[in-house]
Amino acid sequence: MNLDSMTQASGEWLRGTGPEADIVISSRIRLARNLAAFPFTNRASAHQRNEIEALLRERILRLEVQPPFDYVGLSGLTPLDRQFLVERQLISRELANSEGPRGVALGAQETMSLMINEEDHVRIQVMRSGFSLDEAWQDIDRLDDLLEQRVSYAFSEEFGYLTACPTNVGTGMRASVMLHLPALVLTKEIEKVFRALQKINLAVRGLYGEGSRASGDFYQISNQVTLGKTEAAVLKEIREVIPTIIGYERKARATLTKESRQALHDRVSRAFGTLRSATMMTSEETMELLSAVRLGINLGLLEDIGIPIINELFIQTQPAHLQKLMGAPLDGEERNSARARYLRSRLRENGSALN
Amino acid sequence: MPFQSLHEKRAMKCQKCHNQATLHITEVLSDDQFEELHLCEGCANKYLLEAQQKGGAGKTGVAEAVREAEEGLFGQHECPSCGIKFVEFRNSGRLGCPNDYQVFREELLPLLENIHGETRHCGKSPRRLPQDQQTQSELIQLRGRLKLAVQQEDYEEAARVRDRIRQLEEGVV
Repeated sequence: MNLDSMTQASGEWLRGTGPEADIVISSRIRLARNLAAFPFTNRASAHQRNEIEALLRERILRLEVQPPFDYVGLSGLTPLDRQFLVERQLISRELANSEGPRGVALGAQETMSLMINEEDHVRIQVMRSGFSLDEAWQDIDRLDDLLEQRVSYAFSEEFGYLTACPTNVGTGMRASVMLHLPALVLTKEIEKVFRALQKINLAVRGLYGEGSRASGDFYQISNQVTLGKTEAAVLKEIREVIPTIIGYERKARATLTKESRQALHDRVSRAFGTLRSATMMTSEETMELLSAVRLGINLGLLEDIGIPIINELFIQTQPAHLQKLMGAPLDGEERNSARARYLRSRLRENGSALN
Repeated sequence: MPFQSLHEKRAMKCQKCHNQATLHITEVLSDDQFEELHLCEGCANKYLLEAQQKGGAGKTGVAEAVREAEEGLFGQHECPSCGIKFVEFRNSGRLGCPNDYQVFREELLPLLENIHGETRHCGKSPRRLPQDQQTQSELIQLRGRLKLAVQQEDYEEAARVRDRIRQLEEGVV
């Protein structure tokens, strides 16, 4: 499949629609599954990993889903293309950076993907725009059922779905909701929220998962426990806590608007001005400024510009996306200049600051 | 003389109890032989004290103490399917094959309790009955034998093993 055709559009999950889309970017669920008859990926020989990949690829491509999956083998991809898939959240950094036979099957609108030979033989992922955990669960449950009819999963009555790492054993399910929380960051209340979440065993991570920083004020909230609780119970816990966090963020936004409207307006307008006129932009500064603009739009401080374009820019200004858009590999300095040029062209067509 | 170095490392569980391991000891047994231990403060103190007391006993004193300690706790038994030892899992954090959950069940139970607060699955299960544990384990072993046979160019054995794999997989995969 041609990855370049994906560059222009953004995945379904970045549409900027769906319930509570001003704060909830996306909902995502992944299931870890392994084939019963093979060692786990890390202990499988090169030959076995080949077998695992061939078997799974063949079974997945024959699944009764419309449209059928596209399969991308990772060993045949350039590092740039692998990074591109990471930036789109279709594969993990671990899969991108590991070696040997491995790949990813991509479903319609990039909402479904199946990573093969990651830490586990299969990692199924479903992603949706906005706060839609239930819909994501329905999709992934159905997909898991379909695959299970064609392969034999490693499963025990006692421990559930068996995984390479005991932190995933049981349901093998990690459900996460990605939130944009700029006001809680500005009011410095975000730490309090994290501490409360950790107490109820929920993890908080940055935009690109484990170990990544929360750039652009994006945070992923996910479950840690996979053993001893049903999928429904885990989803319910997350579903119940998210509205509380949304409530805190809204309250912080209201406080900012009420108590420091002028300072906030200035901040948002400066961010927008810089994005539209700077000639060198690092990825980090871009994330920070886009976050302020996104907040400004949601608070009605900026006009004539929509959330979807800002969501898109968060991804399209990442290093691999930018280089694919420009059609050439660029070093750091060239990237910063190309990024600024791209932002100027996209934002000048759109938007104006509210006076 | 055996040499001990203490250094900080990423979060890990103590090998002797289930507290956070805060001390990581590398035993240098000879020029190219190392042994790594990950212990919590309490167990490390005990270990170092014991090592010191044994220190006078000769060159291999500490190494022997380590081996004894390890054997006492986990044994050196390994999974017959994938060959992994529990100590290897401790170091890498990854198991070798599905069968390990049975082979190291006793060692894993406290770990699972620690991570999840529970030790028994509750939730979705495959609608199709999975192969029984024994078949799973046999298949993994057969694949190992197949690989060996091919390496040794023993094609008769390879063909026999392959037939058996096919037989087991019929109606399975």
